[in-house]
Amino acid sequence: MGATAPELVAGLAAIVGTRWVKVRDAERRTYEGDGLPTHASVPMLVVLPGSKEEVIAVVRLLATRQVPWVARGAGTGLSGGALADPNAVLIPLTRLNRILSIDPVDRRAVIEPGVVNAKLSEAAAPYGLLYAPDPSSQTACTIGGNVAENAGGPHCLKYGATTSHVVALEVVLADGTVATLGSRQGEPWGPDLVGLFVGSEGMFGIALEITVRLEAIPAAIRTLLADFTSVRAATEAVGTIIESGVVPAALELLDQACIKAVEASIYAAGYPTDAAAVLLVELDGTESGVRADSVVVEALLHRFGARTVRSAETPDARAKLWQGRKKAFGAMGRIAPDLVVQDAVVPRTALPDLLDTITALGRQYGLTIANVFHAGDGNLHPNICYDHRDPELRERVEAASAAIMKACIAAGGSITGEHGVGSDKIDYMPLIFDPTTLATMCAVRRAFDPTESANPGKVVPIHYCREWRPGPLG
Amino acid sequence: MTPGILGRIKATLGLTGSEGPDGRPRISPDSIDGLAAALGLANEQGWKVRIEGARTWMPADAPADLALSTERLNRILSVAPSDLVASVQGGATRRAVAERLAAHRTWVAIDPPGSPDRTLGSILATGTAGAVRHRFGPLRDQVLGTTVVTGDGRIVRAGGIVVKNVAGFDLSKVQIGGFGAFGIIAETNLRLRALPAAHRTLLAIGDLDPLANAARALVDAGVDAVTVELVSPAATGSLGWWLLVDIAGTEEGVLAEAERARRIGADLAFEVLSGPAAAAFQSAVAEAALDGPVTIRLGVLPQSIPEVADLVVEHLGPGRLSASAGRGGLRWTGHPLPDALITLRHQLAAREIPVTVERAPWSFRAKTGHFGAFREGVRPLSDRVRAVFDPTGILMAPLDVPGNA
Repeated sequence: MGATAPELVAGLAAIVGTRWVKVRDAERRTYEGDGLPTHASVPMLVVLPGSKEEVIAVVRLLATRQVPWVARGAGTGLSGGALADPNAVLIPLTRLNRILSIDPVDRRAVIEPGVVNAKLSEAAAPYGLLYAPDPSSQTACTIGGNVAENAGGPHCLKYGATTSHVVALEVVLADGTVATLGSRQGEPWGPDLVGLFVGSEGMFGIALEITVRLEAIPAAIRTLLADFTSVRAATEAVGTIIESGVVPAALELLDQACIKAVEASIYAAGYPTDAAAVLLVELDGTESGVRADSVVVEALLHRFGARTVRSAETPDARAKLWQGRKKAFGAMGRIAPDLVVQDAVVPRTALPDLLDTITALGRQYGLTIANVFHAGDGNLHPNICYDHRDPELRERVEAASAAIMKACIAAGGSITGEHGVGSDKIDYMPLIFDPTTLATMCAVRRAFDPTESANPGKVVPIHYCREWRPGPLG
Repeated sequence: MTPGILGRIKATLGLTGSEGPDGRPRISPDSIDGLAAALGLANEQGWKVRIEGARTWMPADAPADLALSTERLNRILSVAPSDLVASVQGGATRRAVAERLAAHRTWVAIDPPGSPDRTLGSILATGTAGAVRHRFGPLRDQVLGTTVVTGDGRIVRAGGIVVKNVAGFDLSKVQIGGFGAFGIIAETNLRLRALPAAHRTLLAIGDLDPLANAARALVDAGVDAVTVELVSPAATGSLGWWLLVDIAGTEEGVLAEAERARRIGADLAFEVLSGPAAAAFQSAVAEAALDGPVTIRLGVLPQSIPEVADLVVEHLGPGRLSASAGRGGLRWTGHPLPDALITLRHQLAAREIPVTVERAPWSFRAKTGHFGAFREGVRPLSDRVRAVFDPTGILMAPLDVPGNA
């Protein structure tokens, strides 16, 4: 810590209380990483405000002292986006965990950023409502973090990612000013700054209060499990289902490595272990609509070679099938001590070839790569299994990750569908955006945060931020 | 002045222009590079620029030094039906895009009011969503990426062609509903849907309150509708309000759902329309929105629609109204006075209801701004973001008019 640190600690403690300023090495080390195992950084300090007033006061103090900072939710992010350098203060928002209101008539909820994703749907359920975005980490991740990352999840196929569900935000900017973006109805008061803020990876400010749309819990839900002897056939079935006009609530694929890991774990879901791949297809809506869609989907699954198509008829059976999918990353711990959950998107028609490429890359780099992903969106999650204690293996993981990214870009895809760029993918950004666009992203960031104090050094490589600045009005 | 600007453009860029209907210099570049070069020169020279699409929704009457038309940037660049993505230029008309997509058994969930010959660029820039937002969400949910030319001639490419993408900041969002203040939408990548096999429109006619209540009952019962739209008598030319409920999907699913909707709305005596009859009703509603020089939209939640509709009529006079009874949002077209709109805005701002001027002559927009009433902290932020995309302020888009809101 620098010479001014004791004074800074005292100032922060005066705002949040001594208990909520973490200065000891062991305490700070708790926050050195997020869900991305390849990156770590111990922050200068950790401060945990307990109210929005405290968040604002903390940000204002840090602005006065010109100290950079990083906001953090539950730390479940998979791109190293919530890591703070040793010269930056980390601000976890987990204490701001209140659901401020649920309006069942207008189907709106107002929440603090530290509310755990799944808790909102739990609280809305008595009103027959749910919060649709459902990242796999939804029992731990916070909605503030979801806002920062524009998080997705299996059911985003039908319902859209976080950005489609956030209608208003009260935010504090890095200079300590507070702005209210959007409205309860969703119509903005000006340009769509909510749309700009969601997915800004903590570099535009901190969301203090989040107003979201809630959806009605569907009257009918049917979950199908189809197993295939070929991954290619399964991915081809995916494209045809989407092209048919049926919009499943979710359409997920697990390959054999993943199936075996799940079935050997406490999350066993009854997936056939000899299958090359399984598709989990969830249909929801009205009774008649689900019935009609099921006929179409089952016929397509069989046409593309599904050995069996099984339907989960009860909520328990459905929950079991989903448990296997949602806990697949945890189950992967059986294969190796560490796991890089990669994230990329390709046009759906590229999925069959891309999965062949990923298999070939696994062989080339001598790595086990298991796939469990949002097939309906073309959102791949190659899971690279390794042991972080082996530096040579770590290098191969990085090289394989880069090769996968390049293959996805070549197929017309993107380097991230829902995990964000963070620290992990910053070097890939110039592969999909030209220098002018990258410089414009930096300039927009400076419109929110002229001093570049909020989550510095993420998303856009810094040299692209020096090439263009706004003119006299900027 | 006119020959000077056109001559300068010809000499510098090799682009030929002409005088527009209002005698002002007008050019229509046929490439993004040409558009960028023209804006770069305009920025350098300090020429005020207005953007023209089909000249209906953003009326082409701003007193600009140079009118920049997208009419030759009208190509449909690609349609990938299997990936459900299309790339089109900003000057492509909605009609042309719809016809091309239909040939591939696809469509895009963009059904704005106004002429079918409106351009995609204008529809997105003015944020004019139509009734299908009930099911498919606002325009921003239909856009996967944009290529924008900024006020100083930079070409910015945001997003991509995949349906899920969080790489970098989502610069497309600020373009949609940005009224051209953040650049010109030169290209856009659209999310497509498969054309449904079957389609029915349920129509009920009556007073607003019972129709709004019935609409609410349909929504609460989870009726799987594409639209649940209320349309005012003035807009329909009939004596009563209309409630239009579109249902689409498989033949079996549509029939079952239409029957369920009829049961829930048994008091309304729904008439069921299909084919050309249904299309004729949709067209009548869309084109009625042009019956008056000014169109505004209000961010109203569903339960407040009847009350706010009354308030709008009280302040602005009788007009043509439509509202999404499930998702919220109200649109009014008529002949308001600017001061009356400003007064209404003040009243509704207190109730957290934003009022956006979507379409109006320059004389009106210049007095009211498109937005006008901002919430805490938004105006300076909005100005700073705008300066990124138009550093010297040459793009004529009066987002707000300080002092009147």
